[in-house]
Amino acid sequence: MNTITQTAPTHADEHHHGPAKGIKRWIFTTNHKDIGTLYLWFAFIMFLVGGAMAMVIRAELFQPGLQIVEPHFFNQMTTVHGLIMVFGAVMPAFTGLANWMIPMMIGAPDMALPRMNNLSFWILPFAFLILLSSLFVEGGGPAFGWTFYAPLSTTYSGDSTALFVFAVHIMGISSIMGAINVVVTIWNMRAPGMTWMKMPLFVWTWFITAYLLIAVMPVLAGAVTMVLTDKYFGTSFFNAAGGGDPVMFQHIFWFFGHPEVYIMILPAFGIISTIVPTFSRKPLFGYSSMVYATASIAFLSFIVWAHHMFTTGMPVFAELFFMYCTMLISVPTGVKVFNWVATMWRGALSFEVPMMFSIAFIVLFTMGGFSGLMLAITPVDFQYHDTYFVVAHFHYVLVTGAIFSLIAATYYWLPKWTGVMYDIGLAKLHFWCSLISVNVLFFPMHFVGLAGMPRRIPDYSIQFANWNQIISLGGFAFGLSQLIFLALVIKACRKKGDPVPDKVWDGATGLEWEVKSPAPYHTFTTPPEIK
Amino acid sequence: MTEQHSQYYVPTQSPWPIVGAFGFFLVAVGAGTLVAQLSQTGEAGWGQMVLMAGLFVLFIMMFGWFKDQIQESRVGLHNQQLGISYRQGMSWFIFSEVMFFGAFFGALFYARMISVPWLGGASNNVMTGEILWPGFEAIWPLTTTPAGNTTQAMGYWGLPLINTLILLTSSVTIHFAHTGLEADKRKQVAWMLGFTILLGSCFLALQVEEYIHAYQDLGLKLDSGVYGNTFFLLTGFHGMHVTLGTLFLIVIFFRILAGHFSADNQFAFQAASWYWHFVDVVWLCLFVFVYIL
Amino acid sequence: MGRQFSFILALFSFLHSSSIFANEAVGRSNLNLRAGVTDISHQVFDLHMTIFYICVAIGIVVFGAMFYAIIFHRKSKGVKAANFHESVKVEIAWTIVPVIILVVMAIPATKTLIAMEDPSESDLTILVTGSQWKWHYKYLDHDIEFYSLLATPSEQIQGKWLKGDTYLLEVDKPLILPTNKKIRFLMTSDDVIHSWWVPDFAVKKDANPGFINEAWTRINELGIYRGQCAELCGKDHGFMPVVVKAVSESEFNQWITDKKAEKAAAEAEEKRLLAMNMTKEDLMAEGESVYNGYCSACHQPNGMGLPGAFPALVGSAIVAGPAQDHIKIVLDGKNGTAMQAFAKQLTLKQIAAVVTYERNAWGINSGELIQPKDVHQLMQNQ
Ligand code: HEA
Ligand code: HEA
Ligand code: HEC
Ligand code: CUA
Ligand SMILES: [Cu+2]
Repeated sequence: MNTITQTAPTHADEHHHGPAKGIKRWIFTTNHKDIGTLYLWFAFIMFLVGGAMAMVIRAELFQPGLQIVEPHFFNQMTTVHGLIMVFGAVMPAFTGLANWMIPMMIGAPDMALPRMNNLSFWILPFAFLILLSSLFVEGGGPAFGWTFYAPLSTTYSGDSTALFVFAVHIMGISSIMGAINVVVTIWNMRAPGMTWMKMPLFVWTWFITAYLLIAVMPVLAGAVTMVLTDKYFGTSFFNAAGGGDPVMFQHIFWFFGHPEVYIMILPAFGIISTIVPTFSRKPLFGYSSMVYATASIAFLSFIVWAHHMFTTGMPVFAELFFMYCTMLISVPTGVKVFNWVATMWRGALSFEVPMMFSIAFIVLFTMGGFSGLMLAITPVDFQYHDTYFVVAHFHYVLVTGAIFSLIAATYYWLPKWTGVMYDIGLAKLHFWCSLISVNVLFFPMHFVGLAGMPRRIPDYSIQFANWNQIISLGGFAFGLSQLIFLALVIKACRKKGDPVPDKVWDGATGLEWEVKSPAPYHTFTTPPEIK
Repeated sequence: MTEQHSQYYVPTQSPWPIVGAFGFFLVAVGAGTLVAQLSQTGEAGWGQMVLMAGLFVLFIMMFGWFKDQIQESRVGLHNQQLGISYRQGMSWFIFSEVMFFGAFFGALFYARMISVPWLGGASNNVMTGEILWPGFEAIWPLTTTPAGNTTQAMGYWGLPLINTLILLTSSVTIHFAHTGLEADKRKQVAWMLGFTILLGSCFLALQVEEYIHAYQDLGLKLDSGVYGNTFFLLTGFHGMHVTLGTLFLIVIFFRILAGHFSADNQFAFQAASWYWHFVDVVWLCLFVFVYIL
Repeated sequence: MGRQFSFILALFSFLHSSSIFANEAVGRSNLNLRAGVTDISHQVFDLHMTIFYICVAIGIVVFGAMFYAIIFHRKSKGVKAANFHESVKVEIAWTIVPVIILVVMAIPATKTLIAMEDPSESDLTILVTGSQWKWHYKYLDHDIEFYSLLATPSEQIQGKWLKGDTYLLEVDKPLILPTNKKIRFLMTSDDVIHSWWVPDFAVKKDANPGFINEAWTRINELGIYRGQCAELCGKDHGFMPVVVKAVSESEFNQWITDKKAEKAAAEAEEKRLLAMNMTKEDLMAEGESVYNGYCSACHQPNGMGLPGAFPALVGSAIVAGPAQDHIKIVLDGKNGTAMQAFAKQLTLKQIAAVVTYERNAWGINSGELIQPKDVHQLMQNQ
């Protein structure tokens, strides 16, 4: 699609040095690729930590009765698993991709604000250090669910709550700075000729995501602040005795929380919209409708939050309003799915590993979307709410959605990052193991949920025993499968593999394929011109 | 301009970000520990020390970072495109601050229009009023909470109105400081900035006065129900922002005296003035929704 | 009803054959939602199946097209890629058609929802109060109230005894309701948010502290219906079942009469106790059972609590100090903490017994006995 008329210098000129040596390279860096790498590794480590907690959950739920952990600790595992996966794994991973790819995709020399970029990253390890160490405080870490509903998180929470609040504060600061950087980079750093409607979809989706972030992370900060003052300073925002309302917390939280889930999926849409055309050898179908659909989803995401709160006793008209708006989101999302299928239609398809994950994404994410639509139907949500049906829904959109898209992106761009082709045999093994185990893991959750198993419980009645056993086995298998991925990535990073050409995939388009593989430390110090 | 100058300036390695991250770490650990210790024992323990250390580290970081930045700017490494980046960054940062206040305004509206009326039995909460809070009267300002705590409401006459006038005037003075800079009248800039800082400080002093009045005369406290909560959190966070804005202006003031900034190199100046306008606008909303209505 | 659904998944059915008996006992499918025993729950179930089938149909079309492309439009088959990349007509079509489908879903959903949210003209009103971790039921028309606690023995939970069919779904005193009457529920909570859920009625409503939510049901069939608390409410959220026994109207009236007599007898017993002293054995035995029923969830069976969350009673200054303070904290709880007021929940005798127990168990052995009249006196003085 885009051709470069004035080829960019691929070597750093005198003013730009290559990477510094040793640890200094990583802690003082201002280079978008270094920072992207840091984000990606951090996210991956957090994924393993959060996954290990999921394994504790699954081990306890392997059979009825209390075997391994106390209920109080179980709740901490559930809570911290959710928090880590959302804020520590998925969001930083997407930010890492943004860092690596956006400047390369739009022909910029770096992110617009490189030093702030480094600050945004380095806050994260500290924030999660605090969160994780709060598990060892007397009374334990946060045990009120990742949604920390008041008054469980205020009057009835442990002493570590203040640490939780401030950890969320600083990770919020990190996200906001990261998002501002993305927004400014895209507004201001595009190479000449890179008009809005020529931008790769990954850039578009991130652009919109960044706005969601800037708009809702401060609201989360407000919510945790009110939790803090309610717990420690005698305010009663969420306490009826003082004129407040516990449900008010939920409104504020979900005003953040719902856009948050789209923050975790819009960049995924961008990735899939990049990969599918490559391996279909055909331009993306409906580019502009993809952009509009993304914008519509983002807009709608601000007026559907209360679909998480149908059972809280809102008046009927409010329930109806939120039901209708929520259902509407299916339309732009559907446009995306249809566009992907239409892109594949009459293409010349081939099935390299990134494509395999993308196809799995399309099918499994859509299934998660369908269960989302079912949840949106208020009268039926009364039955689904807070059961494993919801857990099944969001793991389909998050694990086989967000995580699969991240894996697909890694398989797509890893050769560009490292300069070598990863071990394709291992990658295929990883794919098939993941695909099968993830469904064994999450599909039966629909059944136990419908049959009536509530979420966030450490023990359940015996009728759910068999399915839970299967779910747990699927969980262990899925967890182990990710170790294949870990091994593969380490191997590729150590440059064990065949060197790849600049344009790794024959059907690929975009500026990132015009630079050398591995991508030089500095790219596009003079902007390329795009026709 | 030379070829080099029109290139986007990508700074080389910098120690400040990691120092800043570490500062945030100390602040979070310190504040988290301090708050918990205060609630357990009523006394500040080691958390306070860590918090102070964190704030100090953050201060060092800002100082060092801005020093580098100013240096680069004065040497001429920054080009126009970078200036645009900074301006856009600042405006989206202000937008995020707007959303932060939005959360508290949201809480205010929710309390006024939903939770308090519902506690009094409105909408689908007839039984709430009847069974749980039989004597409760839903009025705003909420001077008697459902649990029976009483307080007095803060009127808008007097201090708040004066404060509004002060901030509005300061908006004008900062504007003239800006036109002064555009016209390269440095004396005007300095004077007007000085006025603005003075007005900001007056505002803060009067705000302290008002809090004392609230606590001592009105019995309106942080813990006197959702009216007091929204009042103190909104005005408190606003006050914090005014403080930061004033500090920001003071820095700019000294830089003006030192001969920094010109009509086409004035990002920090602009950022400070935008920030100041932002705290002004927030105050206007506060004045309307917290005090008058 | 869920037959077709189960049929699709017959592949898996062998996996759960062993739990069929368990399901008989609690009357549940373990694959699908249950149709339940009220008109509303049937509507909900039908709605659920309808949307499910629509989704399956859309899925078949979309994935069908995709897999067709995957199979036939492969590069390895020598296919040359076409080059189309937009079509306004198609795009408009696949925006409009989903909207129409959604409207079709929204109409019955709206109707059902409006019916569900109309608790007016009820025959009986029950105030349901959640508290950590039990339900309290109050029959507003009959002046009857009681707590309903988990009845599964902790040995089953710890895996020492075999688990019963109704493991975790059994309570000491179920909620008794008449069939074919419109019953209005008022939900509230003493502490955190709980959620009262009985799948067979399609009723799930949050119990918010300080507010009252309403819901209703009209049960068509006699039987025992089981559900659980459906909102994370702290440590023992998983151990807070709801059991409803639906009985005929005459049986219900009989039960009300019995309950009232029981209450009168209990009051007489209280009076009698005030005049006498209980022995240490009686107090300790009663105290232990109360402790394990009401207190051990937090303070732990061994009295050691969970540091940081729930204080240990062993070594506690209050337990070692004057009995008055100890009784007071049990009666009134401590505001703003999980320690709730037990004055309304327990009888004088139970409070006396549990305080005696705490002051003499776990090697504390103060030798002090607290009598019901001591507790009574303290309450009188307040
Ligand atoms: C990546 C994250 C992600 C995504 C993308 C979504 C997408 C959607 N979600 Fe989900 N959701 C979560 C993450 C996500 N969700 C999480 C984490 C929770 C739980 C939080 C918690 O409580 O802890 C949750 C919970 C949740 C609830 C609350 C359930 C409850 O607690 O009772 C609801 C209710 O409406 C809901 C609805 C939806 C809908 C309608 C969509 C839609 O966007 C889906 C749209 C997609 C499709 C419908 C498929 C493709 C469309 C077509 C092929 C077109 C044709 C289709 C039709 C016309 C039907 N979600
Ligand atoms: C993107 C987000 C994300 C991701 C990727 C996951 C991934 C997984 N989740 Fe998570 N989950 C959430 C987001 C996510 N989850 C959220 C938001 C909640 C709600 C929390 C709440 O209720 O508050 C939740 C809740 C939740 C529950 C419900 C808990 C409850 O209600 O009590 C369960 C239960 O099975 C579960 C399981 C899993 C499993 C098995 C995985 C697996 O995919 C994980 C696989 C990864 C690994 C296992 C790591 C790799 C391997 C190793 C580290 C080696 C060790 C391996 C072995 C010992 C086998 N999750
Ligand atoms: C839901 C949890 C919970 C239950 C159930 C509970 N308690 Fe408590 N209890 C607490 C908490 C929390 C405190 C600490 C309150 C504070 O912060 O002072 C406490 C404090 C106490 C104390 C004072 C201990 C001290 O040293 O401060 C006594 C005595 C006590 N409880 C007795 C009981 C008895 C008797 C019962 C049962 C009839 C009971 N508790 C049930 C949570 C509970
Ligand atoms: Cu009560 Cu969960
Ligand atoms: Cu949502």
